[in-house]
Amino acid sequence: MALKGNLKDFSITQLLNLVNLAKKTGTLIIKGSKNSARVTFREGKLVFAELSGQRSDIGTILYKNKIISTAQFNTLDKRASNMSDKELGLLLINSGYVTQQEIISSLQTQFIGIIQQLFNWADGLFHFISGADIPDDKIPVRVNLENIIMESSRRIQELENLKDELPDLNLSLKFTDRPGVNLKNINLSAVEWRVVSFINPKNSIKQIGKATKLSDIEIRRIVYGLLQAGLIELVRLETKERTLPRLDQALPGKTKEEQKNLVNRLITRIRSI
Amino acid sequence: MQTVKMVVTGAFNSGKTKFVQTVSEIDVVNTERKVTSVEEKIKAQTTVAMDFGRITVDNELVLYLFGTPGQKRFDFMWEILSEGMLGFIIMVDSTRPETFRETRTILETFRAYAPTPFVVAANKQDLEDAWEVDDIRIALRLDPNIKIISCSSIDKRDVKEVLLQLLNTILIELS
Repeated sequence: MALKGNLKDFSITQLLNLVNLAKKTGTLIIKGSKNSARVTFREGKLVFAELSGQRSDIGTILYKNKIISTAQFNTLDKRASNMSDKELGLLLINSGYVTQQEIISSLQTQFIGIIQQLFNWADGLFHFISGADIPDDKIPVRVNLENIIMESSRRIQELENLKDELPDLNLSLKFTDRPGVNLKNINLSAVEWRVVSFINPKNSIKQIGKATKLSDIEIRRIVYGLLQAGLIELVRLETKERTLPRLDQALPGKTKEEQKNLVNRLITRIRSI
Repeated sequence: MQTVKMVVTGAFNSGKTKFVQTVSEIDVVNTERKVTSVEEKIKAQTTVAMDFGRITVDNELVLYLFGTPGQKRFDFMWEILSEGMLGFIIMVDSTRPETFRETRTILETFRAYAPTPFVVAANKQDLEDAWEVDDIRIALRLDPNIKIISCSSIDKRDVKEVLLQLLNTILIELS
């Protein structure tokens, strides 16, 4: 089965949300107009990312993160170019040049930076290769996607996009009961926390916007981020009166038993087709 | 004679007309016209008012199937067709993620018309480019309790299964 399409129809934010919620393992390949990206996930966590045309060896990453000096980088570049990232990483740790934590942090910064660049790609063909892992010589890390998704949502400026994603502000919100998700682990801003404090199936998004003194676009952006990060879901506003026609009004029959009998007759007939 | 009605809805080219045709005992009364927009590249004709199919249950009961027009400019028909429906089926083209957002909008619109049961049919699952049902569930932001059924609307068994799943959902709702 394919998981492929174009970023203009299914954005990188939505893709990350899908990978996160489905806890996918595999590699996402994106071919943009100028270069391509390769991003690998294990059980919904980001473990590796690289962009074509950009060096992704450990020496370069440590240098970019100012963990090693220019002289050290040049030496490594000359003498250790044939070593794998894993071998070089071990050598540097054992020699006392860097710590394991510095390597992990640098890789995390590098990979998150690549994902942040991808958020600017409005167009690009993508496909997800299920089960495909990182190259053997590369070092994997584990990065939760929720914070990255929240960060990307904060950047969405286009009102039209947000309106398409969240057309009805009369809907209300509730927290998802997804196991393993803890709001405390997500980096929310003060205003986002204020919105979170009003989330309740009895409050419409519009009401929350009013209570928190946010404009429609501001409340849309925050709710969109929380939705994409899989922290909340949309629900119809709980109201006492229900004026819409109900199921029993659409069914002939006076009693519930008569109506059930009618549905069972339909089931028997469909089975016989 | 008692009649009940189900509605088959979804985005443009999601397979609604084929779904109704596959299971209807009469030649489907359809109102297809030549497509006159960029969507022409996808298919030549589209439903402009409705598709109408029928399944006779016995001498006293008939099930009508109504397929809605998929193009947004004909959405004034949706509310008319949804009146008095027993339940509805949302068709989604599993091979075209560009239609997922519109499918979500249609789903919300129909839920607002009537709180009747519904199921989602992930159509064209027989095609190579089809997204997995679980991925479509996330893309459409469907609750875990909403049924999404793998389907190919040209296969009668699949179409029957979708209808049966909807009827079972209706039965549960009545209990």
